[in-house]
Amino acid sequence: MIIGKIKDGIVLDHITAGRGMEIYKVLGLDKLDCTVAMIKNADSIKMGKKDIIKVGQIIDLKFDVLGYIDPGITVNIIQNGELVKREHLTLPERVRGIIKCKNPRCITSTEQELVQEFRLTDREKKIYRCIYCEHEAPNPEE
Amino acid sequence: MNNLIDIMQMSPEEIQDLINKAMDIIANPGKYSEACKGKILATLFFEPSTRTRLSFESAMLSLGGNVIGFSDGKSSSAAKGESVSDTVQTVGCYADIIAMRHPKEGAPLVASRRAGVPVINAGDGGHNHPTQTLTDLLTIYREKGTLENLTVGLCGDLKFGRTVHSLISAMSRYKNVRFIMISPEELQVPRYLITDVLEANNIPYQEVTSLDDVMPELDVLYMTRVQKERFFNEADYMRLKDSYILTPEKLRTAKETLSIMHPLPRVNEISVAVDDDPRAIYFKQVANGKFIRMALIMKLLEVNA
Repeated sequence: MIIGKIKDGIVLDHITAGRGMEIYKVLGLDKLDCTVAMIKNADSIKMGKKDIIKVGQIIDLKFDVLGYIDPGITVNIIQNGELVKREHLTLPERVRGIIKCKNPRCITSTEQELVQEFRLTDREKKIYRCIYCEHEAPNPEE
Repeated sequence: MNNLIDIMQMSPEEIQDLINKAMDIIANPGKYSEACKGKILATLFFEPSTRTRLSFESAMLSLGGNVIGFSDGKSSSAAKGESVSDTVQTVGCYADIIAMRHPKEGAPLVASRRAGVPVINAGDGGHNHPTQTLTDLLTIYREKGTLENLTVGLCGDLKFGRTVHSLISAMSRYKNVRFIMISPEELQVPRYLITDVLEANNIPYQEVTSLDDVMPELDVLYMTRVQKERFFNEADYMRLKDSYILTPEKLRTAKETLSIMHPLPRVNEISVAVDDDPRAIYFKQVANGKFIRMALIMKLLEVNA
């Protein structure tokens, strides 16, 4: 399958195979008017299989969201057909408004409009804890 | 803004400064009798408490300050559905400092971001209770003269016991401290404390089910109550509530220098017959709670005697 190069836009590469659609939804790419290509199960020397998303315009990306969901992603920014920036994502220190605390005793379960916030407490084991009650977040890779 | 939400916010040096201040308050109470004159403490207790609330109020009155507040969420606007944020923004207009107890974990952190005045966490559900830990540290320091080189036994409900969790975290920063955790398997310390605090810092520890076996080794025995309010299930509470009861017979093998502590209230986990043993210091612990809270209020209000 051939999908053409983009002139101005973003390529999200090295997405874990099978997670492309989740990232498509989280980033709200369905709301864009430009060309968006979702490639599932592309061959990859490094990963075996991977997903790729190509977006035909430069948009503001929530890097913390992406890093949390799939920290192995590479973000390539293309301008005038040239690669101008490449970012390798890592797990963000803080994640706001993505994970919901599951602890029924947590203040986030009752306080109106309180933004859910988690902090990374163990990078190796990818453990995030609610900043309010310290309850552990479910592993995003599970 | 100065707040105390979690004991781990404070470095050992800051804790020592507070202990030193409390020791000076104990030695020279008259010197501090007007330290907070004209200041108001609001005690916002959304959950019942005797000791902690009265301790805060007594502390502020002993500093020459005044106290306002409520002792039950049902008598506040929370009963009408008001958020914690709105409540503390209102109270922040009336008071110079807030001490808050709330059944929801993290409520004092939310409050500290909105109040506009210092907030002290006076207990948030099963999560944190930093002024109890400060009380415990002052008590141990007064008894032993140090917070180092101690074998600390923790007995009872170590799963839901927030005072135990905070004490382990706080004391793991002192040299040559060893923990022996005595509980039924169902009420063992949460795994994250073992891995993230004890093992991560190479702190020696043992988990055992028999108090008798380890009694001779202990310098401090910290007893806890199996708390009904932490259980979702009445049957589990009934099954475990009498797991460990300390009696004079059990203390026969203990060191003469042992310090027996309890955050109180007790139900029946320490026999009343133990109260007369000079090693029982849980009522001294209560008194220390007031002195360390006096020192803390002064620190957060940035006032001196």
